[in-house]
Amino acid sequence: MTVFKSKVDPASDSFRKNREEMLELVAEMREVESRAVERSNSRADRFHERGQLLPRERIAHLLDPGAPVLEIQNIAGYDPNEEGSLPGGGVISVIGYVSGTRCIIVANDSGIDAGAMTTPGGWKTIRCEDLALENKMPIIFLVESAGANLLTYRVEMWGLAGRTFYNQAKISAAGVPVITVLHGSGTAGGAYYPGMSDIIIGVRGNGRAFLAGPPLLKAATGEVADAEELGGVEMHSTVSGLVDYVAEDDADALRICREAVARMHWDPGAQPRAGFEDPLYDPDELAGVVPVDPRQPYDAREVIARLADGSDFLDFKPDYGPMTVCVEASVMGHPVGFIANNGVLDNAGSGKATHFIQRCTQLGTPLVFLQNINGYMVGIDAERGGMIKNGSKMIQAVSNADVPRFTLMIGASFGAGNYGMCGVGYDPRLVLTWPNARAGVMGGEQAAGTMRVVAEERAARKGEPVDEEQMEAFAGQIVDLYSAQESAFVTSGRQMDDGMIDPRDSRRVLGFGLAMAEEGDNRKVNPVSFGVGRI
Amino acid sequence: MAGSFDTVLVANRGEIACRVIRSAREMGLRTVAVYSEADADAPHVAAADLAVEIGPAPAADSYLVGEKIIEAAKKTGAGAIHPGYGFLSENADFARACADSGIVFVGPSPEAIAAMGDKAAAKRLMEKSGVPTVPGYSGEEQDDALLVQKAKEVGFPLMVKAAAGGGGKGMRLVEDEASLPSAIESARREAAGAFGDDTLLLERAVVAPRHVEIQVLADRAGHTIHLGERDCSVQRRHQKVIEEAPSPAVGEELRAKMGAAGVAAAEAVGYEGAGTIEFLLDADGNFYFLEMNTRLQVEHPVTELVTGMDLVEWQLRIAAGEPLTVVQDDVEINGHAIEARLYAEDPENDYLPATGTVELWETPELGALRVDTGIRTGSEITPFYDPMVAKVIAWGSDRDQARSLLIRGLEETSALGTITNRPLLTAILRAPLFAEGGATTAFLDELPESPAPTSADMAAVIGWLYRERLCEAASVAPGLEGWSSGGALTSAMRVAVAGEEHEVRIVDHGGTLSVTVGDAEHRVLLDAPAPVVDDVEIPVRCIEPSRGRVLAAFPGFDLEMVDLTALPPGAGDAGGEGVLLAPMHGKVIAVEATAGERVTTGQRLVVMEAMKMEHEILADIDGVIEEIVSEGSQVGGDQLLARIAAA
Repeated sequence: MTVFKSKVDPASDSFRKNREEMLELVAEMREVESRAVERSNSRADRFHERGQLLPRERIAHLLDPGAPVLEIQNIAGYDPNEEGSLPGGGVISVIGYVSGTRCIIVANDSGIDAGAMTTPGGWKTIRCEDLALENKMPIIFLVESAGANLLTYRVEMWGLAGRTFYNQAKISAAGVPVITVLHGSGTAGGAYYPGMSDIIIGVRGNGRAFLAGPPLLKAATGEVADAEELGGVEMHSTVSGLVDYVAEDDADALRICREAVARMHWDPGAQPRAGFEDPLYDPDELAGVVPVDPRQPYDAREVIARLADGSDFLDFKPDYGPMTVCVEASVMGHPVGFIANNGVLDNAGSGKATHFIQRCTQLGTPLVFLQNINGYMVGIDAERGGMIKNGSKMIQAVSNADVPRFTLMIGASFGAGNYGMCGVGYDPRLVLTWPNARAGVMGGEQAAGTMRVVAEERAARKGEPVDEEQMEAFAGQIVDLYSAQESAFVTSGRQMDDGMIDPRDSRRVLGFGLAMAEEGDNRKVNPVSFGVGRI
Repeated sequence: MAGSFDTVLVANRGEIACRVIRSAREMGLRTVAVYSEADADAPHVAAADLAVEIGPAPAADSYLVGEKIIEAAKKTGAGAIHPGYGFLSENADFARACADSGIVFVGPSPEAIAAMGDKAAAKRLMEKSGVPTVPGYSGEEQDDALLVQKAKEVGFPLMVKAAAGGGGKGMRLVEDEASLPSAIESARREAAGAFGDDTLLLERAVVAPRHVEIQVLADRAGHTIHLGERDCSVQRRHQKVIEEAPSPAVGEELRAKMGAAGVAAAEAVGYEGAGTIEFLLDADGNFYFLEMNTRLQVEHPVTELVTGMDLVEWQLRIAAGEPLTVVQDDVEINGHAIEARLYAEDPENDYLPATGTVELWETPELGALRVDTGIRTGSEITPFYDPMVAKVIAWGSDRDQARSLLIRGLEETSALGTITNRPLLTAILRAPLFAEGGATTAFLDELPESPAPTSADMAAVIGWLYRERLCEAASVAPGLEGWSSGGALTSAMRVAVAGEEHEVRIVDHGGTLSVTVGDAEHRVLLDAPAPVVDDVEIPVRCIEPSRGRVLAAFPGFDLEMVDLTALPPGAGDAGGEGVLLAPMHGKVIAVEATAGERVTTGQRLVVMEAMKMEHEILADIDGVIEEIVSEGSQVGGDQLLARIAAA
């Protein structure tokens, strides 16, 4: 037992200030989230008139009451610099429990633009499919989509979206069930969600699937068809055979879906870990422990103490490369290795982190990266000390560590520091961001300064004077370009993570993810490989 | 006491056995209980000093077998047998057999029992003794044509009754001549089944009368007094539900008249012990002899509460040969008492008797409130015996005080695990007509409205069910129950109350829930000891939910709520159309269709006897019988009786 002794005083002014600022950002996050919810729910009357549930009501009906929910990419597609921008990408996706089984659910947010597909929505769907496959989680599509939005057509969306159906095939073949509930239209590409599913539940009267809806059909071939006749659930369940189960309404369909999942006798993979201790320091204090201003230093152990069971952890090499914090702890009963930053990554710190990652991998201990990193150390001493080698070694270790890796973006994330600390490009099981986080290849000031130095050198080479006014304007543009993209609301909107969370939820998110990974890695599935079946 | 016995065997079960044992023990007597296999764990067994098992569950094989009871008395040295009510209490042969075995039968002589047991003869005797009787026919000739002829003479509406009967069995109200033959037929069958004697009598029905009865006490020397009247007008299917003393319709003068008639009736048969003469009282103050119950009555406590006399104690004293030391002038009626009979039955469903395990039995301790009960938490309510499980009795200095206390007492009583008439009882007591004292025997022809659960009540119970879901969530995701990364977790639940399904939305704010039922949203505090809804504590008691089912006792009603979202797949499937299930445990006494036969909706297919009542099972669709039970089979609740293929 090595219980951490906190130096943070929750009654202090700095704590209060930090907390106030952090909670303001959390409130902003909730406000952004609520935009999509409100827009979608504004269609409530229309939905209820048709006997339909709203997309979020569908999810609530599908999930076990009281069981936890992790929303994926809640901010996807949001742009804070665009007036009235909505988050979510027209898709709601959550990881939750259906009949006691952890599943990932992807629902068209058909309260917005009739569920038309968007580019962020496409990427979000692909990410959810990756999560399903990697964690061997059944995936359930709640389909109601007008298909591609013809007015905002983008050729790459059409091309890249093919991946969603490729993934469905791969998930299914890997032995992980793919289910579709057809609540409304699945048109054109949307028809392949059901088409590529293992089982399909269709809602009578509302559910429809066709490669070309009546308008396109008329335009393409001149054939005139009634939508119900062309692709209604009635037809698909009796004639085409596409639909396996017919439901009378949305609620009925979700009941059938719950039953279908209950009957999967799905291998839990691992027993839930119980009987762990709460942290000695309340995770609620996370909002006050971390300053919103990334330039203010703090001890990352204060964060770990509010994530780890019993606030109890063993500090690895505390006096060697002290700017890099490596500790062994556990979170909600799962042993983990935490890697966090008390400064930049230097040679010693990189080596220490590499050593720690390799040791955790040897033991099969999952890794948790708490990113608050301004990058790897630069300069003559650093280069002479082998910074490239040492940084690369760390990136090597991170990339090839085959234990579940989780990343929380809790502050700064700049340069290659993002890579070494298991950024989004390094396939963490889950990467989630706090609303205060900032990221980029470098800060705007550094970029502008760099450009100034380069320009001054060029001018000196040519023997020309530096146009100070132009230089100032140029530097201003550079700063704006970088800083406008630093905010977590931008990076999360651009889908550089799996979602934005309230910092106070960090322990729960980690506990949820660790259990998801442990179950998935230990679950016995039955990948399918069949011979040729003639029809 | 200076008695001839020191041990008394109580040949009964349930509340009355407990009641008799209580007084006997207080008098210093040793007590012996008898019990059937179904009653091994019953409270009366625990209450007695000794207990003897007397056979299988059906009463005909245990509580009604006189030899076994006399043998038990001999084995345990019981010098007296108290029969309670029902069972062998009015069986002259049994009383005689006791005497033959040298055991004191706590009750009147076999001759007095026999004289009053034959309803027709009793009526003739009363006419002779100057006790007013209802016009009717009680001759021995019983052929249908004669009965029809006599019925016309008596006039309609009239009652067809089993001559040997009582307690409403074999009794039919006939409105007109046309329905007479079928009433005669069914009354005969029921009389033969219940009493082994199918003799019927006819009697002019007094419309909307009051049922008022006189309690008498007589000692061996023939000293007879009356203890005033009880008004038992509130009845369902001729079974009493609410009784009170004194009657709101009886004043000093009428009491004296009726009391004198009661005493005359008792003296006419040389009565000894406690007995009751039942009268019909019409709106004009005319009263007619109905019958005499030669035993302790279910409703005796109301008399005890207003006279201060312990009737069981007096029964035992008189049986021991002691003289009655109270004279008529000593009897004073003090205040008012009302008794409510708690039945395990469903008033909304034609009083269908209910069975089940009593999952919670709690009664309040409230001053002058008395509860006579034969159940406790964990008791099994079986289909073998009378569905009355307890009596709640309140005394007040006036009628309104007694009524208020009784309402309170019933509202604070929890009887969960089976269906009871508790909601009906409180609704009756609150009904304006009853409150005014104006209830006649027609009162329950229309049920007073019982309170229904409000959405706030529902929300309180939903809170409990949700808490169970949270526990389940905690078992798959410890420490994460009730949490969503998106803010407050929203859950949808579907619950069923009394067969009706409700969609429910719950938003979990951690400790506080927003519960939306229909259009109403309520704030429910989850961790409070009693649920708090919209800042108001809801006075409800419940048993912890298990597997998605919760039982809750509200003041005015009980509520069973089932969380359908918690049920395993397929568990919600009810018997479909054309699938007829036994409404309860019972015996098939008639099967009126055969497999392959074409039947129509409403056609009677099966007659079951359960809880001493007949239940008709009717075809619910037109079709062809695929499967049907055979006559005489014993079936369990929900067992398939018949399956009809739709046609």
